[in-house]
Amino acid sequence: MKKVKIFVTLRESILDPQGSAVQGSLAKMGYGEVEELRIGKYLELTISDSARDIDTLVKEMCEKVLTNVVIEDYRYEVEEAN
Amino acid sequence: MKFAVLVFPGSNCDIDMYHAIKDELGEEVEYVWHTETDLSSFDGILVPGGFSYGDYLRCGAMANQSNIMAEVKKAADAGKPVLGVCNGFQILTEAGLLPGALLRNKNLKFMCRTIQLKVENNNTLFTNQYEQGQVINIPIAHGEGNYYCDGETLQKLKDNNQIVFTYSGENPNGSLADIAGIINERGNVLGMMPHPERAVDALVGGADGLAVFKSIVKQWRENHVNN
Repeated sequence: MKKVKIFVTLRESILDPQGSAVQGSLAKMGYGEVEELRIGKYLELTISDSARDIDTLVKEMCEKVLTNVVIEDYRYEVEEAN
Repeated sequence: MKFAVLVFPGSNCDIDMYHAIKDELGEEVEYVWHTETDLSSFDGILVPGGFSYGDYLRCGAMANQSNIMAEVKKAADAGKPVLGVCNGFQILTEAGLLPGALLRNKNLKFMCRTIQLKVENNNTLFTNQYEQGQVINIPIAHGEGNYYCDGETLQKLKDNNQIVFTYSGENPNGSLADIAGIINERGNVLGMMPHPERAVDALVGGADGLAVFKSIVKQWRENHVNN
């Protein structure tokens, strides 16, 4: 079994109004050091062992449905799971 | 002319679409559940607004995986008119039938009110009943209608006259180039955030949207008389 952790973020070129709003709140609370805040998504998948290559599988799922490559970037980590 | 109104779990403008076609235009229309696998008997496909699958993951992402979408792609390939409104527009971009994507509104608010739209291209099968440059009043109701595409795609949209509607005066959601509705290159798939099906009766808030549906029918009739 594998545990796959996928991090999805808006592409750099795209404004994140939600992130800006939260950053604004932090600034009001006295955390003016925060220069930028961007909000993304975290997906955790538990995947059973199979003949299919795990990287191919994860990339395929990410590009077909889990992310929208027009607006989002992703990266992932694979761990052994019990 | 026979229309299909697709219905996904969470669609909520399907009844308005149906009403526009059946009661205002007097054309044939049927609801088609998302698990269906055949749209070949229909002449036009309407993808209504709402919150298909509760907007889980991304708006339109789950709906795009349903059976019926393979049929929508076939219908689009066959040149049949396909209209996606609001969530329907989001679904069509997720499906790759239209370029770009719809992002969260710039001001983060869900907005539900009537706005002004400018008809940028009346030479389409969806807008031939409008004047070029006509300004019309159509309701919007969305939280994620902020159209985005990369610079190259935007240039292409402009060069091919694929921008069909823009917000006039005020841009409510931050859309790139004030884009409210775009058409595919071939000209038979239109996606728009504002709701023409909610503006089909002067007694309830205006009838400026009716011409979208009338345009589709007119073009279809002409094609089928000539052939």
